[in-house]
Amino acid sequence: MSHVALLGAIEIGLLFGLVGIGVFLSFRVLNFPDLTVDGSFPLGAAVAGTIIVAGGNAYLATALAILAGALAGLVTAALNLRFRILHLLASILTMIALYSINLRIMGKPNLAILNEATVLTPFQGLGLSNLYLRPLYAGVVTLIVAFLLIRFLASDMGLAMRATGANPRMARAQGIDTSRMTYLGMALSNGLVALAGALFAQMNGFADVALGTGTIVVGLAAVIIGEAILGMRSIRLWVLGCVLGSVIYRIAVAAALNSSALGLNASDLNLVTAVLVAVALTLPGAKNPIRALLARKGSAGKSPS
Amino acid sequence: MKRSRWGLMAGAAALAAILLAAAQGRSADTVTIAVTAIVEHPALDAVRDGVRDELEAEGYAQGKNLTFVYESAQGNPATAAQIARKFVGDGPDVIVPISTPSAQAVVAATQDIPVVFTAVTDPLDAKLVTNLEKPGGNVTGVRDTAPIAKQLALIREILPNAKVIGMPYNPGEANGVALLNMVKKEAPALGFSVVEAAAPKSSDVMAAAQSLVGKADVIYVSTDNQIVSAFASVVKVGVDNKLPVFAGDTDSVPRGAIAAIGFDYYDVGRQTGKIVVRVLKGEKPGDIAVQDVGTLQLFVNPGAAKAMGVTIPDAVMQRAKKVVQ
Repeated sequence: MSHVALLGAIEIGLLFGLVGIGVFLSFRVLNFPDLTVDGSFPLGAAVAGTIIVAGGNAYLATALAILAGALAGLVTAALNLRFRILHLLASILTMIALYSINLRIMGKPNLAILNEATVLTPFQGLGLSNLYLRPLYAGVVTLIVAFLLIRFLASDMGLAMRATGANPRMARAQGIDTSRMTYLGMALSNGLVALAGALFAQMNGFADVALGTGTIVVGLAAVIIGEAILGMRSIRLWVLGCVLGSVIYRIAVAAALNSSALGLNASDLNLVTAVLVAVALTLPGAKNPIRALLARKGSAGKSPS
Repeated sequence: MKRSRWGLMAGAAALAAILLAAAQGRSADTVTIAVTAIVEHPALDAVRDGVRDELEAEGYAQGKNLTFVYESAQGNPATAAQIARKFVGDGPDVIVPISTPSAQAVVAATQDIPVVFTAVTDPLDAKLVTNLEKPGGNVTGVRDTAPIAKQLALIREILPNAKVIGMPYNPGEANGVALLNMVKKEAPALGFSVVEAAAPKSSDVMAAAQSLVGKADVIYVSTDNQIVSAFASVVKVGVDNKLPVFAGDTDSVPRGAIAAIGFDYYDVGRQTGKIVVRVLKGEKPGDIAVQDVGTLQLFVNPGAAKAMGVTIPDAVMQRAKKVVQ
């Protein structure tokens, strides 16, 4: 794997780390299986792209993209909480609606953002080539988001949100407004996914209505790979695991792209990626070296299951 | 503990083997052409094969002085972006992206490596180039803007009394929407009106075609990738209801369209390959104008016509480049 391909994989992995964190919030913290992300990822790209192409400021465009994503999350939460639609179905409804809405926003299925001023433009004069600037930028944004989320989940409100997902009846008994927590969590989750979409579109030069295909799968893969490697012992490791898991997933895709020398075809890409991820998940087995190291350093003896 | 360490080492070795296998060196007199498409389907695959065959016709032989790399993003734009990065990292002599999103991802990833895009409907709107005559920079290519007026004229010639054209299309595909708009623009001049039928998923294509029964006198399938990939279901609706089906690409004629005047995507690949060779011989991509597809061909399928209750006039039969039996 070349240097450029590796940096590209890390960059795209870090961006999809935001998707991983978003999916972690809905799927793990709130216990809400949410497929809205397949629509909110291209939604972020569409909103940011349209505003940028119209001459708007890239940072304002990205902020509005986050807002649009949050709104999509609120719609799914409302369909579930107010109208009592099963969460999976509620999120599918929002997802398919977003397909049409994204087409409306962009006015066409593919929007070029090449040669426009993007969030990266202010940093491009600093002597760092795009090759390094893009992964660095993606890394800084994703780590700031991860840090803020870790802080949030340790706050009173964050604890209330975790209680909502873990045991809603108990949470309500403690005076927690569980619907408010669900609304907030779904808005946060999809806002983060839309942020990832907005940044992806700006860094890769286009927004496309097909951009969302399989976002949920990639997000879940990131969460689960992260859990397998760093474990779930603390919120901090759990959230960082989502980012690490996403980067590993992208490196697996990059490795799959390099598998032609083994007699594999371009059409085998998805299969090879799946096998590589499965290998990464199962090989270390129960005695994961990273986790073992952390276990030795942390609370003695008690191994996480 | 010991067992898991062996397992881990085996896994690491397997991964390393894959990574190393890909990093084989190449000698100085070998050229590397890296081709990528957003998805695999017959027309896009034909473009790829055309590029490769043109290179071989020009004396670049695979395994000797040509390394020909091909990757498909399997429909996923994020993978397209990763393929673009991989190609830029491998440093091929020319990158050939097939289709709009693949081309955008490649153009966003490099300002240095020559890019010869192909099968892009509107390179200006896709912002691949700012000027078709003199693109500048490292990018040029072939655009496959469809000869809509000629295709509608063909339908008029075979069906003098048809009034309404039914057009299934995918609202999620840039290409499909652009073609629908072009048909709507050209149709009145030939006395046609247009009824559209949206099919956002492959599984919707059959229903979209059925919705046109009774509303349209003829179904026209443009080079919308999704409709083309589910073309068989449109043909079935056409045969069952004696509703003539025409296509925008000649590859669809053996699959059951009555006739099509269009590009053979293999020829599009050959034409693209010619530009690639010019770049390999030292021309700057930015100095080569973006080309329209050169040769148009007429394919007819009398069997399909009969099944849909239509007779193809002799004048059309005689002009046909290929008659599908």
